[in-house]
Amino acid sequence: MKALEKLFDKYRPQFKKGGKYEFFFPLFEMTDTILLWTNERTKSGPHVRDALDLKRFMMIVIVGLIPATLFGIWNVGYQHYQAIGVAASFGELFTYGLWKFLPILLVSYAAGGFWEVLFALVRKHDVNEGFLVTGFLFPLVLPATIPLWQVAVAISFGTVIGKEVFGGTGMNILNPALTARAFVFFAYPGKISGDKVWTAIEPLKDKIIDGFSGATPLAVAASTPAGGNAVQHAAGAGFHFMDLFYGFYAGSIGETSTLAILIGAVILIITGVASWRIMVAVFAGGYGAALLFNALAGDGAAGMFTLPAYYHLVMGGFAFGAVFMATDPVSAAQTNTGKWVYGFLIGVLAILIRTVNPAYPEGMMLAILFMNLFSPLVDYYVVKANIKRRLSRAQ
Amino acid sequence: MAEYKLKRGYDIPLAGAAEKTLESAAVPDKVALLPNEFRGIKPRLMVKEGDLVKIGTPLFTDKQNPDIRFVSPVSGRVGAVNRGERRMLMEIIVENDKKGDTEKIGDWSEEAVKKMQRGELIRHLLAGGLWPFIIQRPFGIIANPEERPRDIFISAFDTAPLAAKTGFLLKEKMDDFQRGIDALVKLTEGKVYLSLPKKDSLFAGIQGVEKNVFNGPHPAGNVGVQMHHIKPLNRGEIVWQVRPEAVALIGEFFRTGCFPTERIVAVAGSSLKERKYFKTITGAPFITLIPQENIIDRSIRLISGNVLTGRTTRCGSYIGFYDTLITVIPEGETKRKLLGYFRPGFKTESFSKTFMSALIPTKKEYTLDTRLKGGVRAFVMSPTDYQKVLPMDIMPVQLAKSILAKDIEEMEGLGILELDEEDLALCSYICLSKTDFGKILRDGLNMIQKEG
Repeated sequence: MKALEKLFDKYRPQFKKGGKYEFFFPLFEMTDTILLWTNERTKSGPHVRDALDLKRFMMIVIVGLIPATLFGIWNVGYQHYQAIGVAASFGELFTYGLWKFLPILLVSYAAGGFWEVLFALVRKHDVNEGFLVTGFLFPLVLPATIPLWQVAVAISFGTVIGKEVFGGTGMNILNPALTARAFVFFAYPGKISGDKVWTAIEPLKDKIIDGFSGATPLAVAASTPAGGNAVQHAAGAGFHFMDLFYGFYAGSIGETSTLAILIGAVILIITGVASWRIMVAVFAGGYGAALLFNALAGDGAAGMFTLPAYYHLVMGGFAFGAVFMATDPVSAAQTNTGKWVYGFLIGVLAILIRTVNPAYPEGMMLAILFMNLFSPLVDYYVVKANIKRRLSRAQ
Repeated sequence: MAEYKLKRGYDIPLAGAAEKTLESAAVPDKVALLPNEFRGIKPRLMVKEGDLVKIGTPLFTDKQNPDIRFVSPVSGRVGAVNRGERRMLMEIIVENDKKGDTEKIGDWSEEAVKKMQRGELIRHLLAGGLWPFIIQRPFGIIANPEERPRDIFISAFDTAPLAAKTGFLLKEKMDDFQRGIDALVKLTEGKVYLSLPKKDSLFAGIQGVEKNVFNGPHPAGNVGVQMHHIKPLNRGEIVWQVRPEAVALIGEFFRTGCFPTERIVAVAGSSLKERKYFKTITGAPFITLIPQENIIDRSIRLISGNVLTGRTTRCGSYIGFYDTLITVIPEGETKRKLLGYFRPGFKTESFSKTFMSALIPTKKEYTLDTRLKGGVRAFVMSPTDYQKVLPMDIMPVQLAKSILAKDIEEMEGLGILELDEEDLALCSYICLSKTDFGKILRDGLNMIQKEG
């Protein structure tokens, strides 16, 4: 590593204050510290520091995303070959998925990274590692058919409006990846809703088999007629519980496999990077709300009311949102009590939107964004309670 | 007596503890007082270069309260007065003539000391140069002798990394310790609280105090944490704290009538070949305790105090007034690792569980150097993670944000007055954004002091 060190040392003066490329120092610093671990020293106490830093922290989140990503890549290929009725080997499925996924990821990183670096240059601060995760999360909540220019526009919106205008990672109110997704959802609804977008198909050369619908399980369940049974209706379309749990269905790239997401959840919980309280609270809230709707189900109610709670948790973006989106430490609630309330309400809201709002089959994204906005309010009361305890002690 | 079991906290598994052996250091040729280390005072120099002083002669006093004296620990000639930026007083060096001439404050019988009243005791402590040992909370500054503290708190143990064992420092000084307690009891209308570790026999015979047992990892030994659990500090209240070795020195002072100069100091840290306790005098140069040949590492950091809250100093400097520990650790290596943050980390120390060392513990102790191990960032880590190392009902991130927002009412509401730098040091240690909570806290405390 001597050579690299020497290379950086040689050019560092040109980027330092007064150097030729002073403006580009954050970019230089980023490249430098991404490749070589910083050896900056403490100046005063604490003289020794923990080895955990933001780069490590973000890396662990990405490691947690790997199972869902690998499964998602495979599933893109699997859904594609299912739709055209062609048998394909594991390698072919995976290669096809990769061919679809990689461009989305690269565009997401390039466009998001561009804004991150631009803001760092203008504001003269270090490039923040937050976009490593944002840029990775965003492709996983998109359908494989998304046009790349929309990826670029949406991640730009998510990074700038969702994060940078507030001051960058650590200051943001909304989850930037979800902000980007909400942007696509409302700006280009045709590309991210309906039955046609979830399965990657090459319209010019592929011949779709008869009976292919392309609808997501949530859409199918939501279309259950009043008085009908949502489980039977879903089963009629080929969606059985275990398939849903493993993730063999069409949907956003990384969201389908609850199993893969749970493996990621275990990694995040063991390393302590994400809050288990929030995850448990979201699942509990979703489960409880679904049970309530089951109890209200009847002849007059929409068929969706009959969908059992455990089905809700393995369908659509619920698990992914609970594990990776709701737990973003910056936009989530900041106190332990707050985390329970915040998580629980996300679960409840997501099921509420799914069940009673016919316009949106999926409610997770909006539920999390909504609670992002309310988490400071939840915390406010917890913090005020602490202040009150201290005041009452004095009397 | 109550027992408090504190679960939250963290003992950093730092290598390099001092062996429990005591060696007498050579009598130093010169000593120094370092006005910078005293918090809450403005020094006014009382001597000039060339003056002859005795043990106990004031070298400087506090401008606002000239009764608070800082006295010479040796007899001899004032060698040099070193000033820093903006003529700030840095060092007052006294050349030791080794005659031991002493200014005697009084010659009191046991009986006479027992009869002394509050005002008389305070007068003697001020004259004898022992007052700076009495620290006021909030703010952690030298106490104002005109204030009446609600209570006085003493922690009989130190849980900081590599800390000197209080039992080892005081094992032959229990008579003086009791005498010191007897004096302190008269300084407050409230109680004197003595907090003990779980296993203790040394302080069992001490009378006149309320004892409490604290059991748990660092910072369970911090007097601020103990106060919080025993009887928290409320707005408008003042309490005093005294370190246990200072209590014994106060007792010794009332026995002899002179400023006690002898100290026991632990010399610890992984950069040293031999680590042990030294009997020396306050203000002695470090080189009398740490000869060059005892240092293993090429580049070292010498710390007056422990690795969490100690002052960075250098080999040419002197033992501080409050010091019972000198830590020597390696400076951060200059060699940089490729993708260091992405390595599995089988041998990496971290409070978090993000390195393999958390899953497969292979080492009991770690040699830690002074690397920051990351870049400074905005708060990202969940605020509740910091509370895992702070056994108090305090929310450190919310407090830090209220300080950054300069919201004094909110700071006080969130408990800033109950805290000292040492209480938040572990929060800075574990912070992945490398936030310096101690500095933020001090900024907040200064703001409140300025507002009056």
